[in-house]
Amino acid sequence: MKSLLEQLLEHAKTEIKQAPNLKALEDIRIKFLGKKGEVTTILKDMKNLSAEERPLIGKVANEVRASIEELLEAVKEDKKKLEIEAKLKAESIDVTMPSKKTLRGHKHPINTALDEIKEIFLGMGFKIAEGPEVESVYHNFDALNAPIDHPSRSLSDTFYITEDMLLRTQTSPIQVRTMKNSAPPIKVIAPGRCFRNDEIDATHSPMFHQLEGLVVDKDITMADLKGTLDMFAKRLFGSQTKTKFRPHYFPFTEPSGEVDVSCFKCGGEGCRFCGGSGWIEILGCGMIHPNVLKECGIDPEVYNGFAFGMGLDRITMMKYEIDDIRTLFENDVRFIKQF
Amino acid sequence: MRVPVKWLKEYVNIDDIAEKELVEKLVLTGSNNEGSHVVGEGLENIIVGKITKIVQHPNADKLCICMVDVGDDVLQIVTGATNISENDFIPVAVHGATIAGGIKIKKGKLRGEVSNGMLCSLEEMGFDKASIPKEFDDGIFILDKPYPLGMDILEALDLKDTVIEFEITPNRSDCLSMIGMARETAASFERALTLPSGKIDTQVDDVNEYASVSIEAPDLCPRYVAKVVKEIKIEKSPIWLQMRLMNAGMRPINNIVDITNYVMLEYGQPIHAFDLDTVKDHKIIVKRAENGEKFTTLDDKERELTSEMLVIADAERTIGIAGVMGGENTEISKATQNILIEVASFDKSSIRKTSKDLGLRTEASSRYEKGVSTGLPMIVVNRVCELIETLGAGTVVGGAIDVYPTPVEPILIPYRVEKISKVIGETLTLEEIIKYLDLLGIKTLKKEGQQFAEVPYYRLDLTKEIDLVEEVARIYGYDKIGMTLPKTDTWGARTNAQLIEEQAKLELLSSGIDEILTYSFVSKKDLDKINLSENSILRKQVELINPLGEEYSVMRTSLIPNVLDVLARNSNRKVNQARIFEIGSVFLPKEVPVVNLPIEKKMLTIGMYGESEDFFTLKGACENILDGLGICDYYFEKEENHPTFHTGRCANIIWGTHVIGTIGELHPHVQENYDLQVRGYLADLDFNMIIQMANADHKFVAIPKYPAIERDIAILVKDEITSLQIEKIVVSNGGNLLESVKMFDMYKGKQIPAGYKSVAYELIFRAEDRTLVDEDVNAIFATILKALENKLEAQLR
Repeated sequence: MKSLLEQLLEHAKTEIKQAPNLKALEDIRIKFLGKKGEVTTILKDMKNLSAEERPLIGKVANEVRASIEELLEAVKEDKKKLEIEAKLKAESIDVTMPSKKTLRGHKHPINTALDEIKEIFLGMGFKIAEGPEVESVYHNFDALNAPIDHPSRSLSDTFYITEDMLLRTQTSPIQVRTMKNSAPPIKVIAPGRCFRNDEIDATHSPMFHQLEGLVVDKDITMADLKGTLDMFAKRLFGSQTKTKFRPHYFPFTEPSGEVDVSCFKCGGEGCRFCGGSGWIEILGCGMIHPNVLKECGIDPEVYNGFAFGMGLDRITMMKYEIDDIRTLFENDVRFIKQF
Repeated sequence: MRVPVKWLKEYVNIDDIAEKELVEKLVLTGSNNEGSHVVGEGLENIIVGKITKIVQHPNADKLCICMVDVGDDVLQIVTGATNISENDFIPVAVHGATIAGGIKIKKGKLRGEVSNGMLCSLEEMGFDKASIPKEFDDGIFILDKPYPLGMDILEALDLKDTVIEFEITPNRSDCLSMIGMARETAASFERALTLPSGKIDTQVDDVNEYASVSIEAPDLCPRYVAKVVKEIKIEKSPIWLQMRLMNAGMRPINNIVDITNYVMLEYGQPIHAFDLDTVKDHKIIVKRAENGEKFTTLDDKERELTSEMLVIADAERTIGIAGVMGGENTEISKATQNILIEVASFDKSSIRKTSKDLGLRTEASSRYEKGVSTGLPMIVVNRVCELIETLGAGTVVGGAIDVYPTPVEPILIPYRVEKISKVIGETLTLEEIIKYLDLLGIKTLKKEGQQFAEVPYYRLDLTKEIDLVEEVARIYGYDKIGMTLPKTDTWGARTNAQLIEEQAKLELLSSGIDEILTYSFVSKKDLDKINLSENSILRKQVELINPLGEEYSVMRTSLIPNVLDVLARNSNRKVNQARIFEIGSVFLPKEVPVVNLPIEKKMLTIGMYGESEDFFTLKGACENILDGLGICDYYFEKEENHPTFHTGRCANIIWGTHVIGTIGELHPHVQENYDLQVRGYLADLDFNMIIQMANADHKFVAIPKYPAIERDIAILVKDEITSLQIEKIVVSNGGNLLESVKMFDMYKGKQIPAGYKSVAYELIFRAEDRTLVDEDVNAIFATILKALENKLEAQLR
């Protein structure tokens, strides 16, 4: 019986060695170790053995059983590994093939730039004001201290609906509306569409976008204006950006200024982009003229404030190096999808 | 304003200041730089020569051969010029020279004859064609007198100069003058200013014996100053004067005209000279023109005047349009012997209107329009006469006529040191403020405990304390003012409506829709293109008085045409798919004709075309937006009467009793009108209403704990039965256990009788508190089936 068992072990070894796959190994296990397997069958005959022989044979039988199990396990591990490897190899793909895209929408670049600017001012405690595109002459010019014979009021500069109604030429009328409708402290930006009677070409559009800023409170100074705009410029164009404040003239601010930023292409060295000067003009600003405050019902002896305005289309074009303003309003989706 | 630096140095000593520093400083005090150029830059080896002999070229009719003495050599040069004669001194570009535009000159042969260089015109020396004297236009520049032969022309004529272009803001008309810029320079660098003396050494007789002046319209002419010069000798101006005018951008003409132009550039005050002998009775009358009168101006054009226009007349007729242009009838000519020099102040609005109505804008009118001080005329007339005397152009008659009925008193502006410091944000002392104002020529004084600034006559822009703040700030230096942040304690936030718009855009973008921006003004014809009826309410539009063209003549009442234009443009450019949206205002008049500001309503319009697009992709996008904004309980209802859309493929989106939008496929006519090659899809939503409906409140719903039972149902129904009808019946008979119902198939065709369709739905049943068994659902399912049979004549398949 012992030799029978040892013979079985030899058979099992041979068969395991020759087993081609996991399935064959399982069959081998069942054949030798299963309920009706050969080892089991032999063990069933143990009852016919003598009391002396039984433990001896039992021991051998268990050893044979353990050996077969061990062998099976070892080979099974190998086979499994090989099979997984084969599966992975068979399922290999060309990862450079195109992806399955879901459509993604893109914001218009002017609004992408505007969003960035809004975030900066929201973070500085500004709210966002809005106003109508069709405005009264009063809000657009009169209340803003524009001289009655100022050329910008003419039909060749401004689109009129009636004698006292026009398409706003600037976002500044929103200043007037905001100051009339709320009490200081006021801190708002006001983006929007503006219109001027310009023929369409690479640098002119009869419709364009501006962003206005307005702060009114007690003790507002030019230093506050400078600090606010310097921080804005650094956040929009990078922390290395320098600002230059130059005196200028606007009817609705006094003192007035324009702000140049160090060229963000060359860092101020002078290049083709900045016309060699190292500086790029980005906005107009100033302390709100007392006449304007008074017109809006705010006492200029108690309060003062500052205002600034910038051309969004120009900033968008600079930011993305767009050389023709018409591109912005053609809305070719191949253009919009770039932003 | 063009500022030749050499000229500037006449008035202020800045020899030690580099031009770059000059520009930078002036920019910081308020005169922005618009570029500069160097006269004579790049010119090399252009030297003085003298033509000793001219002979005809043997092989060319239009060329001649000149022998040119250049000091150490005599060069043979072939030229096509016709304005030269023997013994002329001329600029010669010799072999190896560089002329304007970087062109190199080399010796060579012209039609077989050796040419060792080129005789130069002013244009070839880099001057603007528009400012070159007429006599040298298209010809060689003949020098005014002998110069050392062979000398570099730049040196001989002292030509090198930098011309800086400054932007002058509209409030600073005083800076449209050399002296104005010199004042700015002097103040910026804290230097002294030297002004011309205006001193005339010899004067004869009394002007009142020669002429008289009366003002009949003092409202339009506050001051008129006149002086007379006799024994006039009209000739060319000296070269230095011509060069200055050319560098400033003006064409030299003759000594008298050049002097008036020179002094105008110097002071910013227009000046006119009449041929006194042509002025009838030597009488000058300033008055309004006769309505409809005809008058021929210096430019030889006859113009019709109106009674609103101010003219200068003599005893019989008009001799000039005040402040705009003189008349042909009193023009200075070679024969002129006596002149009357007019230096007057005119009302700026009147000059602007006259100039505009006549379509005639001149150096003089554009200066008067911006404002010229009444303090200038007497100073200026003396300066003109000083130069006439210096150049020996005539004999100045003594005295001046000065009609100045109401002299302007200097303005005193009270100011406060604390106010100035407070606005600027820097602590300034009284002494500092006085110093800065003084640098600008503004005197200060104290009266009854109050500080005052006396505005100099030339500063028309200073009227209020705040104007002084700016003066102090810019001379103190904007760059020196500190940087702080406002102490205002406000918080930044978007309004609710702004947040909803942002959210809507996010939903749109995540549905793969690109944002566009289009013009707010459109063509009236756009509404025809979208098939709207004649009496559509949208045809009531806000019209522009002065549009750029019909294309942009009315404010839009719908975004649909704009979106369709963009779809068509993309399609025509062979872009095979587009999904676009715009959120923008439409303009609805409250009344026609418009009196009050129109209603501006925000619309959201979506457009799509492309192979994978159909009604349902658009519907899905709309649902994404509405769902994303927390809007529920809306539904789609078929719309068959909207003229823009396909009658069978259009729906209104209904919320309560409101139509919040319309979506559908384009009507074939509209598609054709826009030349769209493929089917297009549009959704037009009232965004103001969406803002009202949006709901940001989200409440948690528990994840189901127990499994569901799914049942499919397939029925045959008449074609006209809508999915919405079926769903409503299923839902109303589904009881509490019905969780959802969703169509998953619709079939028409073979095996289905005509006029019918097969539809299949998946129904999901679930209980919150236990696992359902089939028995729970069987009865409900049967009820649903029965209801469908009864109400819709549905047959189970």
